[in-house]
Amino acid sequence: MSKRYLLALYNNFDEAEAVVSELRNSEIKGFNAADDLIVKSPIEHPEVEEFLGEKSVKVQWFTLGGALTGGLLAFSLIAGSQAGFYSQMKGGKPIVPIPPDLVLTYEMFILGGVYITVLGFLICAGLPARRSPLYSAKVSEDQIGILVKADDGSVAKLKDIFTKHKALEIQEEAGR
Amino acid sequence: MGKDIREDIAWAQINKDVLKSLESPRKLYWVIIVIALLVFSVGIGCEVYQYNTGMGVANMDNPHVWGLYIASFIFWIGMSHSGTLLSAILHLMHADWRKPIYRFAEAMTTFSLLTAGLFVAVHLGRLWQVYYALPYPSERWVWPNFQSPLLWDAMAIFTYLSSSILFLYIGSIPDLAICRDNIHQGWRKKLYTLLALGWEGTDRQWRNFRVTYLTIACFLIPLAVSVHSIVASDFAMSQQPGWHVTSFPPYFVAGALYSGCAAIITLFIILRYVFRVEEYMTLPILKKTVRLTFAIAMVWTYLNCIEFASVWYSHDQVAKDVLIQKATGPYAPFWWAMIFCGSVVPFAMMVKKWQTNIPVMFAVSLLLNLGMWLERWMIVAPTFAHGYYPWTWDHDQWPSLIQWGIVFGSFGWFTLLFMVFCKIVPSVSMYEVKEMVYHRSLAKKKEEQAVKEELAVKGAN
Repeated sequence: MSKRYLLALYNNFDEAEAVVSELRNSEIKGFNAADDLIVKSPIEHPEVEEFLGEKSVKVQWFTLGGALTGGLLAFSLIAGSQAGFYSQMKGGKPIVPIPPDLVLTYEMFILGGVYITVLGFLICAGLPARRSPLYSAKVSEDQIGILVKADDGSVAKLKDIFTKHKALEIQEEAGR
Repeated sequence: MGKDIREDIAWAQINKDVLKSLESPRKLYWVIIVIALLVFSVGIGCEVYQYNTGMGVANMDNPHVWGLYIASFIFWIGMSHSGTLLSAILHLMHADWRKPIYRFAEAMTTFSLLTAGLFVAVHLGRLWQVYYALPYPSERWVWPNFQSPLLWDAMAIFTYLSSSILFLYIGSIPDLAICRDNIHQGWRKKLYTLLALGWEGTDRQWRNFRVTYLTIACFLIPLAVSVHSIVASDFAMSQQPGWHVTSFPPYFVAGALYSGCAAIITLFIILRYVFRVEEYMTLPILKKTVRLTFAIAMVWTYLNCIEFASVWYSHDQVAKDVLIQKATGPYAPFWWAMIFCGSVVPFAMMVKKWQTNIPVMFAVSLLLNLGMWLERWMIVAPTFAHGYYPWTWDHDQWPSLIQWGIVFGSFGWFTLLFMVFCKIVPSVSMYEVKEMVYHRSLAKKKEEQAVKEELAVKGAN
């Protein structure tokens, strides 16, 4: 069965929360709230996460990997180049002096951490992205959008739920 | 103290006001741009002359191997710390009053670092041989000295600059999407569409955005501290009299935060007028910034005293002589001006009426910045004028007009970059101001509800 996208706009978070909660409890054929429901909001809103249910964020793993790689890479490059001085006289001083090398290791630890965090953000947030099937500029202004994907046959039911909660506008588009 | 922001501003109005500021700033904006261009061209002229003629025209010699260039380099690095303070430190402390002003502070960080970087190039002299300083494998087996604070400095500044740019950019994505949605044609539309990366404000995007922003903020704080500590190590790890002081790193970090805050006040006052954003960059926010600056000024003053005491009681006679020379020698007017601007002028910020008096605070912030610039000059120059060897005692060496011209030009360069940026990217963070308004209005509703309940209970009794 072909899919359709619906976008309903609301002007406050309470209404949006009520809609999400009803959608999650409803048993609409071809609609799974965990995968087919997206809430779009103009601000970062902790309550959205609460009513959508906790979803894990994996950016921190990128951070850890990036920071460790940066630090290790820095230390091995510096120590490696210093080891090239084996043939030179060091006057009894260490060939690979740890304390001063730690400064650059620390800087590269941060550099790697930041770069890879940004990469992780782009991957986890799905950016850069093409414009989704339905988008309203009102979402970046002051309205909360609820985007759902469902079977053709469930559109009427979804529209009923949206209308019941006083949607300001409902947009519809054929999906892939 | 008054409200940081009105909680009844409509979200759509916030978009409208900020976007309007991008399109039609006051005429003063163009006056500033023209002045900045003129000032910058003076610097360019001086640099071209110095490049073609040699470093001699800067009046640098032995022992005066560092001059205004390095003093200005430290000044601009210091300015960059304001963005980290407002964006990262206050973000972690949940101080939401920072929201309308942190964006331009972050931009200040980026552009002051770019300006500081110029001074390294200007100071090099033989710029065409810059590759000698870069770490790359070559058949000569020559590497830069990885144990030198100068190399640490280069790496720290590169890390700080690139991280700051990413932090500024990531934090601007939701606002760039607002610009994309509201500007309908021309190069701006294309630019915003490209930079917004297809942001739509989905729950997935916000969730990852929050964690990313927080993580980079956590990285930036120790990074900022390390950057200025390493700059301090350029001096403190040398054997020059007056520089080999343990308290230099915290002293430098406090000075950096101080000059950054003073610059924030200056730019706050300029931006709120030029871009007509008085509704968002409000006087109560100015008041909080002023109080924060005063607190940092006192920390700086304390650390200054510690530094003097360390030298005075160090049993290093030459270092002591340098300190005496600063207070009584040819540099005395500048040194006392530094003390006056850095430690006495801040007391004007204690006067409640003046904390929100725009002309007074503008003048005070300029004086603080002057004091902080003099501080950096007074760290560098007097030590070179009175080293351990008597042959270095050259107290009457002054920077040439070329040096002054290049320093002067750097202010034009910074202003130009900063003002152009503020015309392209919203200097007030729209989505964060909306969050601020939203949370304030929720708090107000709760307060009103509590009052109603209390009245109802009283009525029932």
